[in-house]
Amino acid sequence: MEKRVTFSNPWLPYLLVAPQLVITAVFFFWPAFRAIYQSAFIPDPFGLRTQFVGFANFEYLFSNPYYRASFLTTAMFSILVTVLSMSFALWLAAMADRVIKGSGAYRTLLIWPYAVAPAVAGVLWLFMFNPFTGIITWSLAQMGYSWNHGLNGGQAMALVVLASSWKQISYNFLFFLAGLQAIPKSVIEAAAIDGASFWKRFWTIVFPLLSPTTFFLLVVNVIYAFFETFGVIHTITQGGPQQSTTILVYKVFADGFVGQDLGSSAAQSVVLLVLVSILTVIQFRFIERRVHY
Amino acid sequence: MKKFLISAVTAALFVGAAPAGAATQIDFWHAMSGRLGELLQEQVDKFNASQSDYTVVATNKGNYSEALNAGIAAFRAGEQPDILQVFEVGTATMMAAKGAVKPVYEVMAESGLTFDPSIYLASVAGYYTNTDGEMLSLPYNSSTPVLYVNKDALKAAGLDPEMDLSTWDKVGTAVDALKASGSKCPFTTAWQSWIQLESFSAYHNVPFATEENGFAGLNTELVFNSPLQVKQVEMLGQWAKDGKFIYAGRRNEAGTPFRAGECALMTESSAGYAGVKKEATFDFAIRPLPYWSDAEGAPQNTIIGGASLWVLEGQTPEEYKGVASFLNFLSTADIQAKWHQDTGYLPITTAAYEQTKASGFYDQNPGTDVAIIQMTGKAPTPNSKGIRLGNFDQVRTVIDEELEGVWNGSKSAKDALDSAVSRGNELLRRFEQANR
Repeated sequence: MEKRVTFSNPWLPYLLVAPQLVITAVFFFWPAFRAIYQSAFIPDPFGLRTQFVGFANFEYLFSNPYYRASFLTTAMFSILVTVLSMSFALWLAAMADRVIKGSGAYRTLLIWPYAVAPAVAGVLWLFMFNPFTGIITWSLAQMGYSWNHGLNGGQAMALVVLASSWKQISYNFLFFLAGLQAIPKSVIEAAAIDGASFWKRFWTIVFPLLSPTTFFLLVVNVIYAFFETFGVIHTITQGGPQQSTTILVYKVFADGFVGQDLGSSAAQSVVLLVLVSILTVIQFRFIERRVHY
Repeated sequence: MKKFLISAVTAALFVGAAPAGAATQIDFWHAMSGRLGELLQEQVDKFNASQSDYTVVATNKGNYSEALNAGIAAFRAGEQPDILQVFEVGTATMMAAKGAVKPVYEVMAESGLTFDPSIYLASVAGYYTNTDGEMLSLPYNSSTPVLYVNKDALKAAGLDPEMDLSTWDKVGTAVDALKASGSKCPFTTAWQSWIQLESFSAYHNVPFATEENGFAGLNTELVFNSPLQVKQVEMLGQWAKDGKFIYAGRRNEAGTPFRAGECALMTESSAGYAGVKKEATFDFAIRPLPYWSDAEGAPQNTIIGGASLWVLEGQTPEEYKGVASFLNFLSTADIQAKWHQDTGYLPITTAAYEQTKASGFYDQNPGTDVAIIQMTGKAPTPNSKGIRLGNFDQVRTVIDEELEGVWNGSKSAKDALDSAVSRGNELLRRFEQANR
């Protein structure tokens, strides 16, 4: 039977959702609309004059082979960040869920990194991996491995992926842990009585029952990797060496915020907007089918 | 009770504001933080104490990019400050913003105060002066690249710590000896585009871009792929391959290993002096930037980096008068000499330089006058006046990317510079289009 809440006043439900709608309109729809509008112009930074150019900003972008290449970089970066932060968070959540003594302390410590701003997280990792003075660089050198993410594109990518994932693990951990605790103990106990090992129980019972959480986190993490990681990249690599860590959102930031090319920056935002919309639609159309609520 | 509190607070505010209310407030947004911010505030306090007509309120708006953005956003909202500090990369953006910027020469002329552009060092002021010789913004913190030498490292490699390092050939010999004796980092550089290409070109009197490096028009094109620049990048690329040049990063990351004593030689801004002096536990020296002795006209003069003060449009004549007297105050020899000695930035006037010299500062701190001698040794040519390019920040990023390709061995020097030129030109054309 379907549950239905009834309101005596027909306007009350609208009033209750109004704050959220207003916030969405002011902070999401209005800026998105402005970005779309601005992408058709080449303005000067001070807003003194502006020229209508139609789709020329997009033409300029897509005629640039370096911009096209940054799609691939972005895809690789996003996949790595999402997979790494989600799988690690899931593992930690599964472990923390088993802890009986002192679980509160473990959880607090695991959630801690989420309070760190992206740029600060970047600086922390940069300290450890500084090609000259970093403690990890030094340890790696002892093992005969030379680390210089300033020149080695692969290492630079690994570092920004690590820093970005590390920050997101806490968030994912929180949701996974809540998801795990919502799974009825009786199901797991029944399997345990039948002799299923911890990992067997995990993969056949827990993981499928967690799928709504996993799916939600997948969407959120992809969006995180696409939009919120420029602080980390700006502090660690500034997109280099060469273009090996120039992901799309970093270029939006660098061209718009640092370089004052607002037309191109707006066009790039629109491209990102479309790309993430498509990805989200794909996720809901094809992956959500496999989710059991 | 609450009401009473509010009125009491309001009254207190009014009383507190009353003496200041008589003075015209001048807003000054800047990007100096830490010790530099304190020194700037000191100057402002001195000015405020020296007269009662104007009160300058200095506000830090973050780093250079953030301060520029804050200024632009404020202008769009009609809330702009009177004075905005803008880094050299933003110069073309500010110049093109006719209607947003009130040129300094105009502010000075309208104020009726005495203003003599010839008191400023030509090679510093030239960067912010248009082709008609009119000063558009006031140079504030300017530096130029120099060579830092770790004398202990040279000694350890069996070299004479006082050896001649004036040319790249000689630096090459030193670097070879350092490498052979086991140095992990014989040479490094900060700000590779600014030092190894922009200043390098000026120093050898070859153009970096057409139209007098962009001074004469927005239709400028990059030309830093000539044989001399290719030779320099080729040499550094070879050094990188042989482990003689260690690349640390696009900005001033090279300073860390140098100050830690790991690198023997480093090309860095003269403003890096304070940091090296504070942290280095070894004997160091400052030398002029090396040049190629076979290049005709070298050494010319190097060009500056740093920031200047721009006056924004839309304020009252009274405020502009205050701005003019504040800018004049900043240009006085006492203020400039102190700033120069405290920070390692260049003095912007000849008088401040002479005063510092007379005080014996250069004798007590050997090497601190290298930058200024290097800047003023010859009258600047169209190739060495400075560089004024639109989208300069993106152009520098392109150069950084291409040079990194050379340092990690994936590109030849010629290919990298050719590609940087053609990619950079696209950015210049775009700026030209936006500012037609």
